[in-house]
Amino acid sequence: MSELRELYQEVILEHSKKPRNYRALEGANHRAEGYNPLCGDHFTVYLDLKDGAISDIGFQGSGCAISKASASMMTQTLKGKTAAEAESIFTRFHDLVTGQTTGNQEELGKLAVFAGVSEFPLRVKCATLAWHALRAALRGEEQAVSTE
Amino acid sequence: MSTVVKTPQETHVARGFDVQKVRKDFPVLNQKVHGKPLVYLDNAATTQKPVRVIEAIENYYRHDNSNIHRGVHALSERATEAYENVRIAAQKFLNAADSKEIIFVRGTTEGINLVAQTYGRKNVGAGDEVLITAMEHHSNIVPWQLLCDEKGAKLKVAPINDRGELLLEEFEKLLGPKTKIVAVGHLSNALGTINPVREIVRMAHAHKIPVLVDGAQAAPRMPVDVQELDCDFYAISGHKMYAPTGIGVLYGKTRLLEAMPPYQGGGDMIASVTFDKTIYNRLPYKFEAGTPNIADTIGLGAAIEYLNGLGMERIECHEADVLTYATREVEAIPGVRIVGTAREKAGVLSFVMDDIHPHDIGTILDREGIAVRTGHHCAQPVMQRFNIPATARASFGLYNTREEVDALVAGIHKVREVMG
Repeated sequence: MSELRELYQEVILEHSKKPRNYRALEGANHRAEGYNPLCGDHFTVYLDLKDGAISDIGFQGSGCAISKASASMMTQTLKGKTAAEAESIFTRFHDLVTGQTTGNQEELGKLAVFAGVSEFPLRVKCATLAWHALRAALRGEEQAVSTE
Repeated sequence: MSTVVKTPQETHVARGFDVQKVRKDFPVLNQKVHGKPLVYLDNAATTQKPVRVIEAIENYYRHDNSNIHRGVHALSERATEAYENVRIAAQKFLNAADSKEIIFVRGTTEGINLVAQTYGRKNVGAGDEVLITAMEHHSNIVPWQLLCDEKGAKLKVAPINDRGELLLEEFEKLLGPKTKIVAVGHLSNALGTINPVREIVRMAHAHKIPVLVDGAQAAPRMPVDVQELDCDFYAISGHKMYAPTGIGVLYGKTRLLEAMPPYQGGGDMIASVTFDKTIYNRLPYKFEAGTPNIADTIGLGAAIEYLNGLGMERIECHEADVLTYATREVEAIPGVRIVGTAREKAGVLSFVMDDIHPHDIGTILDREGIAVRTGHHCAQPVMQRFNIPATARASFGLYNTREEVDALVAGIHKVREVMG
């Protein structure tokens, strides 16, 4: 039970029920889709990049509590960050959810609540789905990214 | 909207079916997962293996391992006999008219691909149609799409209703002069629906159209009689009927099999080879190129023997009792909706919970030791039909009990508790 509580923390459940920045951005100049064919989770991430920084970010789609909360908290964390910073945070986040905690975790901030995912290897793809879409959007890859 | 399977009163045949004794035949069931007794409810994905099957494979490798159909030595003779005896056992299990109508394949998927690539390529042309249903597994969709793409033919799909039942009148309307083959599942892996195969075959045969039946889920759950069904092809997978992975059976009527070109070329499938001309072997060997999966075929034989010993009618009744009980108990949980409520149903209980994604249900149940499948169950069009991304699916086998259903119900309550 404790591991389940670690995974489904209040913050995560709250974000999954009331996701932030849950909208298609009118003025988005970058967008990408993330799809996990195994479970059907599907998100679109919208970015408005100005002078190399994320001036606005939103997402839409459907998925489990972990993938939705992760997408929601990702948008909160990344607003105002540069593309390079966003890539760096993704790397840290990926290390966190896969249990490789060697790196500096400080820049993750609130995202640290996802540490519990590392006890559930099958859920890593859920936690990173929106992030993969984000990276594709940053890099201008139009094709839907798949976690399979 | 309750699903009528069979009432417990009708399960008198299941008397003499001692499920606790049966469970002891399956070593894997005797373990704890995350500190809880394993409750294995993912039998539509694959079934566990009884000791008899595990030992049959080991004994073969310990004592008889040899190539078949070629050596004159004792081991080869023993291996060949054991292998061919399974063909006869499979023939009887499906009640085929002749053992040469039993082709060993890797599984249902390969069986369907074999028919699509041989019968299909020979008989389906530009503008022709292949008819399937809206509840098919991907393995009974994609092989036909490949064929249709190659030939410029069209894949037609017969619709289902909100219970997940085939609309027979609509199905019949789709049969026509362009239809060259019909392919239907006997028992839907995502919904549990049992299709009226006898009726489907009668309708198709009225137009002289052959019918392939995907029997992967039906074969472990009910007696199957291919002559009574009068279907032209019937494909099954060993691993879904308590046998190993990598072995299955394609049944085909002799007349059709004989007219079909071979599937793969190689050893065993030929009568004679010169660089000018090769004469193909007779049935069933024409379709079994290369050294086959001998050990797992022998494992399949042991599984068939095991099922025969328990009796398919008894298994059917026992599972009907467990499914009826599970349907009643799960349906009663607030916020839970069962997907697939066909009047004729077996083995499968797919469900969704209000605002909780099936993936989260699966993770929490796993921590309770309960193994279910979550996702689209290789039937994405079914999910689209019901406008859901996925379901959680409990699927039952001959060793499941009402007590395990109680554990599932407690697990679903736990899901609600964790997810708030």
